Amino acid sequence: MRRRQFLQTAALGTGATMITIGTQGWALRAQALVPTQQNLIVVFLRGAVDGLNVVVPHGEPNYFSSRPTIAIPQPGQAGGALNLDSHFGLHPALAPLMPLWQHKTLAFVHACGSPDPNRSHFEAQEYMENGTPGITSTPDGWMNRLLASLGVKSPLGAISIGATTPRILSGRMPVANLPSGKMIARPLPVDRPAVAAAFSKLYQGTSPIDQAYQEGVSARRDLIGDLEAEMTTANNGAPPVGALASDARHLGDLMAQDSRIRLGFLAAGGWDTHVRQGASQGLLADQLKGLGEGLATLVQALGPVYQRTTILVMSEFGRTVHENGNGGTDHGHGNVMWLLGGRVQGGKVYGPWPGLEPEQLYQDRDLAITTDFRDVIDQVLTAHLELRPSDLRVIFPHYTAPSQPLGVV
Amino acid sequence: MAKILAFLLFVLTILLNYAPEALAATATPEAVALHLLNRLSLGPRPGDLEALQAQGVEAYIQTQLSPQHIAQPAALTQELSQLTALNITPLEAFQQYGPPLRTKGQKPDPAAFKAAHLHARDFASQAATGHLRQALESPRQLEQVMVDFWLNHFNVYAGKGFIGLWLGSYEETALRPHALGRFRDLLEATARHPAMLFYLDNWLNTDPGSPGAHGIFKGINENYAREIMELHTLGVNGGYTQADVITLAHILTGWGLCPRQDHRPADRSGFCFDPRRHDFSTKTFLGRKIPGSGIAEVEQALDMLAASPATAHHISYQLAQYFVADTPPASLVNHLSQVYLARQGDISAVLDALFHSQEFWDPQYFGNKFKTPYQYVVSALRVSGQPVENLLIAAGEMRVMGMPLYGCLPPDGYKNTQRAWLSPEAMTMRLSFATAWSQGRPPLHSALDPGQLTNTLGDSLSPHLRQVIAATPPHLQAALILGSPDFMYH
Repeated sequence: MRRRQFLQTAALGTGATMITIGTQGWALRAQALVPTQQNLIVVFLRGAVDGLNVVVPHGEPNYFSSRPTIAIPQPGQAGGALNLDSHFGLHPALAPLMPLWQHKTLAFVHACGSPDPNRSHFEAQEYMENGTPGITSTPDGWMNRLLASLGVKSPLGAISIGATTPRILSGRMPVANLPSGKMIARPLPVDRPAVAAAFSKLYQGTSPIDQAYQEGVSARRDLIGDLEAEMTTANNGAPPVGALASDARHLGDLMAQDSRIRLGFLAAGGWDTHVRQGASQGLLADQLKGLGEGLATLVQALGPVYQRTTILVMSEFGRTVHENGNGGTDHGHGNVMWLLGGRVQGGKVYGPWPGLEPEQLYQDRDLAITTDFRDVIDQVLTAHLELRPSDLRVIFPHYTAPSQPLGVV
Repeated sequence: MAKILAFLLFVLTILLNYAPEALAATATPEAVALHLLNRLSLGPRPGDLEALQAQGVEAYIQTQLSPQHIAQPAALTQELSQLTALNITPLEAFQQYGPPLRTKGQKPDPAAFKAAHLHARDFASQAATGHLRQALESPRQLEQVMVDFWLNHFNVYAGKGFIGLWLGSYEETALRPHALGRFRDLLEATARHPAMLFYLDNWLNTDPGSPGAHGIFKGINENYAREIMELHTLGVNGGYTQADVITLAHILTGWGLCPRQDHRPADRSGFCFDPRRHDFSTKTFLGRKIPGSGIAEVEQALDMLAASPATAHHISYQLAQYFVADTPPASLVNHLSQVYLARQGDISAVLDALFHSQEFWDPQYFGNKFKTPYQYVVSALRVSGQPVENLLIAAGEMRVMGMPLYGCLPPDGYKNTQRAWLSPEAMTMRLSFATAWSQGRPPLHSALDPGQLTNTLGDSLSPHLRQVIAATPPHLQAALILGSPDFMYH
């Protein structure tokens, strides 16, 4: 479907109570462009990524003795970690990200996580998404509360890629989601004017299902045309192959073109490596290769907007220091959090390192946590998105920021 | 006088053991029948409303609670018998459809490999066909509803290893026979099934000091031990510790899969217990001493888990959420937990109590559950009343809506709440689906008749929807019905 046709469709489909943004998308967008505003993208790795094999503590003898078959070798050796500093190295599958490290726009916070000791994927993800560890009854996600604090009026303020709205973005502020993969710009029966007109009459109310319908129409009208244009003109370089890279390109393109979008969310699964996770090569390496490619694609697609964007990569908890009986790792505690972006004080691994000696481990088995994951997000919200303390209390209730900020942004 | 009458009515209600008609006194008979079809079946087919009202509410409930007494149509039985994947054991499936065995010193033939792969893919797709055929046509609807419930409770993922080959067997031998039976039996059947053993890695779980520890069978894997407590039985706050997870993992050592070339004729299930990889030490699990004895340790642990009040509460909460409301009333959950414990985990007794509870019949909960993509697509197939040959097209629609059948990667299964499924993108996809299907797109054959849809759904259509329908050209009216809130909630 061509863009013009799309706009016509949308114009005809607009009901009286629709959140109207106007059909002259291009012109309006040019006016609305605010080149100084800051954005945030969260990439959630569902299933608990093995952070000790992402940012490898190669200065720790116990790292190698605890992981006889899955340790990443020392930098300089075959398949070795990429040296970050005297103590840490990066998994070799993440080589595409090294230029960002060298340009100091990539940083890590190690031994980071949720203070809740839960080793359940689902509870731990819930806490990282609702922003209140230990409390399941919080109705909304912290990114939705953030959207309210940013004072965003547009229903395009936050976008996630996927068929459902993630917990982290759910709440009273409207958010848009777009399908993953090639489906994203496929013409659909609801684009037909007569069909859209009929459904718009049906969904005029204010109940959740009415709102979801209205937001869906609005997002489709405003965003898909942009993506169509992007995909039919020549892409710079070969199109990415991985599913994450494809989603990342769509999200990056949209945020580069449309300044109404302030928040983005992507999720990637498949990190629950209980069996044969491999070392420099294998299951985890393949996963990381796809992730590295996805992040590099996202940075490339954002273009100049990368300078005013922070990308956070997080996962619900880390994995056991010792490999298990099947060349994998079980559910652990502390993990590594990643930050990318023009304002990130990169080229450094942050966070007090608790060590891997037996007496230093959490419950005799896991990397201890020395930095609350909210300390990192709090830094991004304060230093990057420039929110006030009163906003932070709403976004992270029951939380007190440390007196000495990390300095990562 | 009025007070006395009200009191007498109250006493009468109790004497009648909460007869559904009395509990839903404010609802019309048609609304009562529709509520039952919405919750105890996968949605009304043409004629279902009339048939239920003729049969009577209580008779319908009791019949559905005993599916073995409901005759299957001959054509359905015939079709299911021809789906090999539903009728052979996991060991046979692996031997016949697994990767071709390599002969030593010979290079694998790529053409043979590809042919085997396609052959296996075709075989694996039979599970989805068998599942959806029964969802669409089986008169044992409550059984099918419970298969959907248990499939998510005891989730396995088709994309991991060879699980795709075992789904037909998993559903037909582990889940369906126990779907309305005893929870303890269901727990055992899933614990022994290769699909679960492989999905949560317990087939590798080995005592590192045991004589059988070698190769990939080198040590403890706590994946299944954790999830069986967190997801299958006690629930995440069910009172177990990390030490209990590790202990249960030790109890489960050696509980796994048979080798491929296993020629024992007696048991073709694919489950084998390997004592040579088991930890025979005495253990303390959930505060109780379990002497090292091998397979009996697992049975004792499963007994303890199935009989626990935490499990009773967890299962009751999930059933109440599935059948009544996203946030189920605590009174109902407590009531069902008591029935679960008093009846030793008899699932049909718990459901019987649920279907006779005041909460189930409270009209505020009628039509308040937002359908999952599975429920939405299947109910659309059913309401159409059309014969459907290629059910894999319907499976494809579920995939587009974010809920591929057997495609949930994390072990907690798909949720059934509005919060999980209602989103702007979901609405766009559902309305496109509703438009295409109402115009007769495959797997349907012809455009749907709005008058027939209205008859099938009874008085559930709201006045607002009826108004919009009246103001819409006839060729779009059926799309409006399938795409209405009235049809997306059940």
